[in-house]
Amino acid sequence: MRIGDNEWPLEQRPGCTPVWRGRVPAERLPALAHDVRGCGGQLTALWGSDDRHLGGGFAIHVAFGIPQGTAWVSSDLGAEAPAYPDLSAVFPQADRMQRAAFDLLGIVASGAVDARRWLRHGAWPEDAWPLRRDFDAATRFEPTLDAYPFIQVEGDGVHEIPVGPIHAGTIEPGHFRFSVIGDRILKLEERLGYTHKGIEKRFEGMTAEEGARLAGRVSGDSHVAFAWACCMALESAAGSPPPARAQWLRALFLERERVANHLGDLGYLGNDVAFGIGFMQFWRLKEEWLRLNARLFGHRYLFDRVVPGGVACDLPAGAQAALTDQCDVVAMHVRQLKEIYDEHAGIQDRFVATGIVKPELAARLGLTGLAGRASGQAVDARVDAPCPPYDQVKVAIVTHDHGDVAARAEVRFGEVFESLRLIQELVRRMPAGPLLAELPTAAAGAEGLGRVEGWRGEVLVALRMGADGRLERVHAHDPSWQNWPVMEPGVLGNIVPDFPLINKSFNLSYSGQDL
Amino acid sequence: MATHLILRKILDTGFVSEPPPAADPALRTREQDLQEEILKVFGQALTVRHVDAGSCNGCELEIHALQGAHYNIEGIGVKFAASPRHADVLLVTGPVSRNLEVALKRTYEATPEPKWVVAVGECGCNGGLFGESYASCGRVANVIPVDVEVPGCPPTPVALLQGILAAVSR
Repeated sequence: MRIGDNEWPLEQRPGCTPVWRGRVPAERLPALAHDVRGCGGQLTALWGSDDRHLGGGFAIHVAFGIPQGTAWVSSDLGAEAPAYPDLSAVFPQADRMQRAAFDLLGIVASGAVDARRWLRHGAWPEDAWPLRRDFDAATRFEPTLDAYPFIQVEGDGVHEIPVGPIHAGTIEPGHFRFSVIGDRILKLEERLGYTHKGIEKRFEGMTAEEGARLAGRVSGDSHVAFAWACCMALESAAGSPPPARAQWLRALFLERERVANHLGDLGYLGNDVAFGIGFMQFWRLKEEWLRLNARLFGHRYLFDRVVPGGVACDLPAGAQAALTDQCDVVAMHVRQLKEIYDEHAGIQDRFVATGIVKPELAARLGLTGLAGRASGQAVDARVDAPCPPYDQVKVAIVTHDHGDVAARAEVRFGEVFESLRLIQELVRRMPAGPLLAELPTAAAGAEGLGRVEGWRGEVLVALRMGADGRLERVHAHDPSWQNWPVMEPGVLGNIVPDFPLINKSFNLSYSGQDL
Repeated sequence: MATHLILRKILDTGFVSEPPPAADPALRTREQDLQEEILKVFGQALTVRHVDAGSCNGCELEIHALQGAHYNIEGIGVKFAASPRHADVLLVTGPVSRNLEVALKRTYEATPEPKWVVAVGECGCNGGLFGESYASCGRVANVIPVDVEVPGCPPTPVALLQGILAAVSR
């Protein structure tokens, strides 16, 4: 296929989302990345694999978001001293992904500026590679001393504030190192990886059903998105699409997950500017929302309702009216609350011009998903590469170009209204038919990729099957990988007390990127 | 303008808080000495420190929900603290990742006696889908002493309340 000015050896794969698959020599990867950049694409995910048991060496895999969908490219590397050329010079978001691939497999991004370890802290030795196939997952190591060389800022009056990994509130663990003068942030450096729990190793040898359950727990707040992406990949590998009704129900679950998270975040954005009633009002709505999930579908967060081959539950009697009515009620309340947020001088004073990521910077660094759309990046997998039913139920993309906390709140408001509309349309037009098409056992070596626009951004799962229908290598990618690094420049010049607000306005996943 | 809208919203909403559930003593895994004496001192106030020791963030969603109007956790005398030094109860989520093992132990040590630990969720109770591996210590009890285990993936806010109350009930 043609990408930029050149022809690349990629073929379209069968499946619900448009994926072009191919292999290129590793030394050609930077040229391909340049072509992707040239046509307005971005690097979405990068991961490695140990293919020595297949008679080869190691491999590096890259998923690019291109205008036609997803380009999934692999390069074979040697079995000894595996290396590939650095891609972070073209796509800065590749930096931490390359470092993680080194930590897990010992494959090197040659020429990369930052060679510090990322996911490895001290839990396993420097020269042990957990994702290599000859590494026994049950091995326990004595923890070694953990020391991370943060970049030091020097000068009169500069001091450092270390925060985390255990945070003061009910949030996930990570470390933030601020260099400040007075209250003003001169530099922020993030250090993540604390919740690394060996998810990718855990996938090895699982059945399709177990894999979908685990994928849904990569980042619990995006359960439906991950479970759907994993099932999409499994169904592509098995060559068996799910029934239409199952796809529509999955979209219903995904939009309900989006609304639940947006309601929660809008409440917390109020809370973080000392507007407690905002928290109470939005969480009241969220609670009613979750209770309807539990009543209709048996789980407040819809865990394990998306399964390989389809869905695990149908709309019960009366569900159509209950869902439609609830959307009307929530829309009315959110309109009233939006008016309060818009009118409240104290809220606007804290939201406007805080934590700005300008569109040019967002494009350069690959900011994606909700935060990207608030910084002028009009990308949404439901629109750009629609899988059913989004090819029939059209999504109106919500964007803003100010890139501040106010813009990220505004996009959430817009997306709540759009998802409420979508839910009503999905319920009204839902096709009849079966919920499940049993998956045939995929052949050893069969591959699949799923891509779903979760509430935070694009979630991607790529996998290769092993023998007996069991999983061999699964990579689950959260959009937080791309967005975490952008918060570092996003907070510069802001005061430290605004950091929690800025952080909440992105609301990125730690577990999703720590794996 | 905004004040008028806020007041109207408060009036229209009314009270949504629900009565708290009773403690569920069956969730207790350990009886501490001096339970009776301690409870006489504590009365009805309790301070909780939440520690994410490697969770997928699903359990955190329900801990947040406890602070909403329906469950009104502060209304029954339970308050979340920012520091373990102010806490009576540690509410620990996740399989304990090896990268957080030391941080969790230090948090436990920093919590003054007497103290209780409530392990939350399938992962906190038994390691969940993540189990034990090079990166995960599994259940919370593998790392620090646990008094109460609240299963569920994630446990509902009601189950969390039952577990927190079980830690300190007679």
